[in-house]
Amino acid sequence: MLILECPYCGVKAEETELSPGGEAHLKRFGPDSSDADFEAYMFARKNPKGVHFERWRHAYGCGKWFLAARCTATLEVFGTYPAQSTEPPVEVIDKIKAKRPDWKGFK
Amino acid sequence: MSDPISALNGASFDGFATIREIGPIGMITLRAKAGTKGLDKAIMAATGCAVPALLRMETKDDRAAGWMSPDEVLLILPYAEVSQALDAIAQALKGQHHLAVNVSDARAVFRVEGAQADQVMRKISPVDFDTLALGELRRSRAAQVAAAFWRDEAGFTVVCFRSVAGYMMALLSQSAKAGSEL
Amino acid sequence: MSTRLTSNGWMINRNVAVEFTFNGKRLRGYEGDTLASALLANDQMLVGRSFKYHRPRGIVASGPEEPNALVNLGSGARLEPNQRTTTTELFDGLEAQSQNHWPSLEYDVGVLNNYASRFLPAGFYYKTFIHPRAAWKHVFEPIIRKSAGLGQAPKDRDADHYEQAYGYCDVLVAGGGVAGLQAALVAGRAGARVWLVEEATVWGGRARVDGDIIDGMAAQAWVDQTVTALMAMPNVTMRLRCQAAGVHDHGYVLLSERVADHTPGDGRPRQRLWRLRATRIITATGAIERPLSFPGNDIPGVMLAGAVRDFVGKWAVSPGDRTVIVTNNDDAYRTAIALHGAGLEVVAVVDARVSVNGDLPERVRALGIRVETGKGIAKVKGTKRVEGVEICVQAGEGKASSFVACDCVAMSGGWSPVVHLWSHCGGKLAWDEAGAFFRPDPDRPPLSHDGRAMVIAAGAANGALRAAATDADAAARIALDMLAMKPAKATAPMHDLPEEGAMAPVWVMPQGADIALRSKMWLDFQNDVKVSDVQLAAREGYESVEHTKRYTTLGMATDQGKLSNINGLAVLAESLNMAIPQVGTTTFRPPYTPVTLGALAGEARGEIFQPLRRTPMHAWHEKNGAYFEPVGYWRRPYCFPRAGETHDQAVHREVRNTRNAVGLLDASTLGKIIVKGPDAGRFLDMLYTGVMSTLPIGKCRYGLMCNEQGFLSDDGVVARIDEDTWLCHTTSGGADRIHGWMEDWLQCEWWDWQVFTANVTEQYAQVAVVGPNARKLLERLGGMDLSKETLPFMQWADGTLGGFAVRVYRISFSGELSYEIAVDAGQGAAFWQALIAAGVEFGAMPYGTEALHIMRAEKGFIMIGDETDGTVIPQDLGLDWAISKKKADFLGKRGQQRSFLANADRWKLVGFETLDGSVIQDGAYIVGQGVNANNQRNVQGRVTSTYFSPTLNRGIAMGLLRHGPQRMGEVVEFSKIEGGTVQARVVNPVFFDKDGEKQNV
Ligand SMILES: [Zn+2]
Repeated sequence: MLILECPYCGVKAEETELSPGGEAHLKRFGPDSSDADFEAYMFARKNPKGVHFERWRHAYGCGKWFLAARCTATLEVFGTYPAQSTEPPVEVIDKIKAKRPDWKGFK
Repeated sequence: MSDPISALNGASFDGFATIREIGPIGMITLRAKAGTKGLDKAIMAATGCAVPALLRMETKDDRAAGWMSPDEVLLILPYAEVSQALDAIAQALKGQHHLAVNVSDARAVFRVEGAQADQVMRKISPVDFDTLALGELRRSRAAQVAAAFWRDEAGFTVVCFRSVAGYMMALLSQSAKAGSEL
Repeated sequence: MSTRLTSNGWMINRNVAVEFTFNGKRLRGYEGDTLASALLANDQMLVGRSFKYHRPRGIVASGPEEPNALVNLGSGARLEPNQRTTTTELFDGLEAQSQNHWPSLEYDVGVLNNYASRFLPAGFYYKTFIHPRAAWKHVFEPIIRKSAGLGQAPKDRDADHYEQAYGYCDVLVAGGGVAGLQAALVAGRAGARVWLVEEATVWGGRARVDGDIIDGMAAQAWVDQTVTALMAMPNVTMRLRCQAAGVHDHGYVLLSERVADHTPGDGRPRQRLWRLRATRIITATGAIERPLSFPGNDIPGVMLAGAVRDFVGKWAVSPGDRTVIVTNNDDAYRTAIALHGAGLEVVAVVDARVSVNGDLPERVRALGIRVETGKGIAKVKGTKRVEGVEICVQAGEGKASSFVACDCVAMSGGWSPVVHLWSHCGGKLAWDEAGAFFRPDPDRPPLSHDGRAMVIAAGAANGALRAAATDADAAARIALDMLAMKPAKATAPMHDLPEEGAMAPVWVMPQGADIALRSKMWLDFQNDVKVSDVQLAAREGYESVEHTKRYTTLGMATDQGKLSNINGLAVLAESLNMAIPQVGTTTFRPPYTPVTLGALAGEARGEIFQPLRRTPMHAWHEKNGAYFEPVGYWRRPYCFPRAGETHDQAVHREVRNTRNAVGLLDASTLGKIIVKGPDAGRFLDMLYTGVMSTLPIGKCRYGLMCNEQGFLSDDGVVARIDEDTWLCHTTSGGADRIHGWMEDWLQCEWWDWQVFTANVTEQYAQVAVVGPNARKLLERLGGMDLSKETLPFMQWADGTLGGFAVRVYRISFSGELSYEIAVDAGQGAAFWQALIAAGVEFGAMPYGTEALHIMRAEKGFIMIGDETDGTVIPQDLGLDWAISKKKADFLGKRGQQRSFLANADRWKLVGFETLDGSVIQDGAYIVGQGVNANNQRNVQGRVTSTYFSPTLNRGIAMGLLRHGPQRMGEVVEFSKIEGGTVQARVVNPVFFDKDGEKQNV
């Protein structure tokens, strides 16, 4: 059972205090978007074995959504950061690169 | 208007710790971004307390202000003074984006007291009570329901939603049963 | 025979006798006995039967690894099957029943399976499952079902209670032997927050019984001194009877604490499950001795050598008068010394090694005990207990060179580290050639959240079988280093060790045994898997150890292969001509030993099984005979039956009374969310399919919410409170979900919008006052103007009624004149009673959710969860009027544009009236023409709501039908569960008061 540190309140919350929200950094496509874009937004998920970016809500705590970068294979957590981020912060990226030299990058 | 009643009308239980449902207590949810102009005045007017720091509970007599989230403060005050406080908050935050609502009746409040009160809490919440400081406000779950609690010299105050007050009372009582000390 | 000795027995208190029963027989033991030691003290060598062949089984081990001596413990409400006698503490009145035999332990019919064993080879189940099917069903299954299974399943409700608790520490030390004690000591002295847990009832593990000497002290003196030091440390928590059962992600460890297993009925929780978080875990779980595979090694009286000296030393029980020791290592000689010291006869030590000259064998020889080197056992004589052994040359084919009479055989195939806690979360193992065991590979540990080692192995669990405390000292230093803590200055403890000769791996004894002998060498005692079975599996192509395990059931019994694992692997490797590390091990899964379901459920049973939600009026409902139904965690009155009424009759009365007079509904469960801010209107326009920003202050509007796929997710009435405040009603039970949905969009997508939300559902009690007399009733309470002119339909107003501060919404879910009135929850019960009292003269009655459902169906109003199921869009329900055409965007708009949703062929909502007036069955389909590819009847629609309408005195229904609205008047057929169909006419879904005159008065 994971522990993730909520970047808003600093609480090291365990998984039962959190609710999961799937893949992070999806771009919303609304009316007038192409079928392909809408499909990508609604359904296409990376589901990697390795470095992954996810949405979590500190549901039983401060109620805030935050994002987490972790390895789905080893469960190593590289960092958590606010949901108001369009891409992962530099320090999180740097940490992942240092620990996973083979990592292909965030995009 | 009849006298307001708390969810369990003051139920209590004596085990290796004492459980008491208390209230009714005045509570206001105040939502505003940190640093909003007039926020300190609003909190002061309602509770006499300063703006609470991260995870802290500021207390003054029977009033308190607790940090609930980056843009939410819980104000605690006498039940009868809530509407007056709401007026004062509206005055202090006039023209500022905020939301203040009375949630006094939406909550049930319990006291868990006694030398081993912490053991009751250790059974119900995934929280490190060894390191929970006096006056630290922690939101978590109590078994299967959401709860907020803080510690003082005499024990703990536990807040949950009114509809699950019966569950909380039974949960705390079961956890405080004599003979089940940790 | 096995009996109680007069010397030794430091675990027992001879001054306190304890009475217990085994298969109804009254027996006596002492305080401090385990059930196993007490049974042996009473010469009860036969304790059970094996799973498949029902062979006689005796006690083999002295700890949690015991595969045989499992019993049904207790009776009635305290019956628990498969309890290991070796870890069950004896208490006065204990009742035990042996398992897996019929009609009795002594005379078991199932033992016939033994003689039929050539018909029950490895893979028997696989083979008969596959072919022939009929044989399985009619021949094998009935027989096997009758004879299979171990313990009895309890039938009564468990009389005990259980609980859980959370713990936190820097270092968890699992295991309280000398390694665990030393690791805890080092970590504790450094100031770390330490938990030290031990599954047994005493500290020290095997050290005392093995005669260890540490720092020049006898083991027990060292243990006592260390425990005393640890107890003085406030940062160290120590728990006995507490097993680290499983290691999970991020340092989450489940500890199973047996609080009152040995004192049943004393009021304490029987067991407690600790949910511990440890930053680092030191596993000091010791090692388990391996059996040797020789013919007849399963006969009662053949035991592990370490267990034999445990029974002699700890509990003063001799398993036999004359013991033969068979070994491939020096450690087993400690058993010879222990038995000799207790005055018992050691007939011979049979050692498979040719050259034996370590310190311990020399001491045994000096005691005058016969040591046979290069020898093995060719046969164990006896059935229900050992009568003697035939000794042979280990290197040969099993021709006996001598026969020795004995009643106990103590065997040792070497020791294997208990690597479970290391392996649960993915720690890898390395093969240790010298010890012939797998041990934790420090370069491939299980990882924690920081990518560093979560578990550190110490002592025997780390493969350091000889100098465990010294090894543990180093392990604790590694853990401290990872915690950035400094160990106190102290030297590591030193073991004073005898010189030991190398052990020799022996996987089959004798080495050249033929098939007949190999068919009598047991690997898995409980599941009856023999050397020959594993070899057969290898011959049949099962090369993967995981496949072999499932094919043969090796290691799949309740002991999960604690004794059989390595021996089975070695035999498989040999058969495949592979090295053991190449074959690998099966997966070690938690828990280490079974954790009872009660502990996993914890406090969640009875009254607090689930958090039931109650409205402020709940007590009144209970007092007035409400029949409740669950709505999420809420309990809502379904109806209020009166004396002599059925539920149906009550519901019909409630509907008629509401339509004709006035009804009262507790609507407190309705979700209420306040949305406020300069961007609140814009936000709600995105959330709802309709427009909320233009709603005038004081008015109400019905709204629909969809998910991004376009499917309908919730509905409710929105009220505009002031310039920048709206109040959104959600469905009962939808409040938390919709509040979360709002926050998700505000926090994660439109975080620059100025909007705050608050879920105020529970702040208010809400009552719907419904029916032609509704206004009259409220006017009797008095306090505000509720006339049509002042408060028309779809408006709200604040005021007082009967002295209560209220907010009144004129909205209707029944088609009647209706007011929904919110008061503070603390006033809810009083307000409800005031309405009931004032309502007497107007014929007011409470009504429940079923009457509510019928009345909304009579009006053709949809219900989320009935008309919707996550695949329905508002357009399917004819709700196009609630979808804005003008808005450029709202959640779900893009989804609804997808071709299969914007499709004229979709099933759409219509009403149905059966031709015979009957009620269409719930879930019925509307059958179509022909059949589909699976030869099932084609369907063209389904019912979504179906009721008997007391107002119209006939069955009414709503449902989805292909091209529905274009088919008014057509007759279609609904399926029936019992077969056949019922005919119904397609009609307008509004059955009652089509023009909506009643609600608008
Ligand atoms: Zn948080």
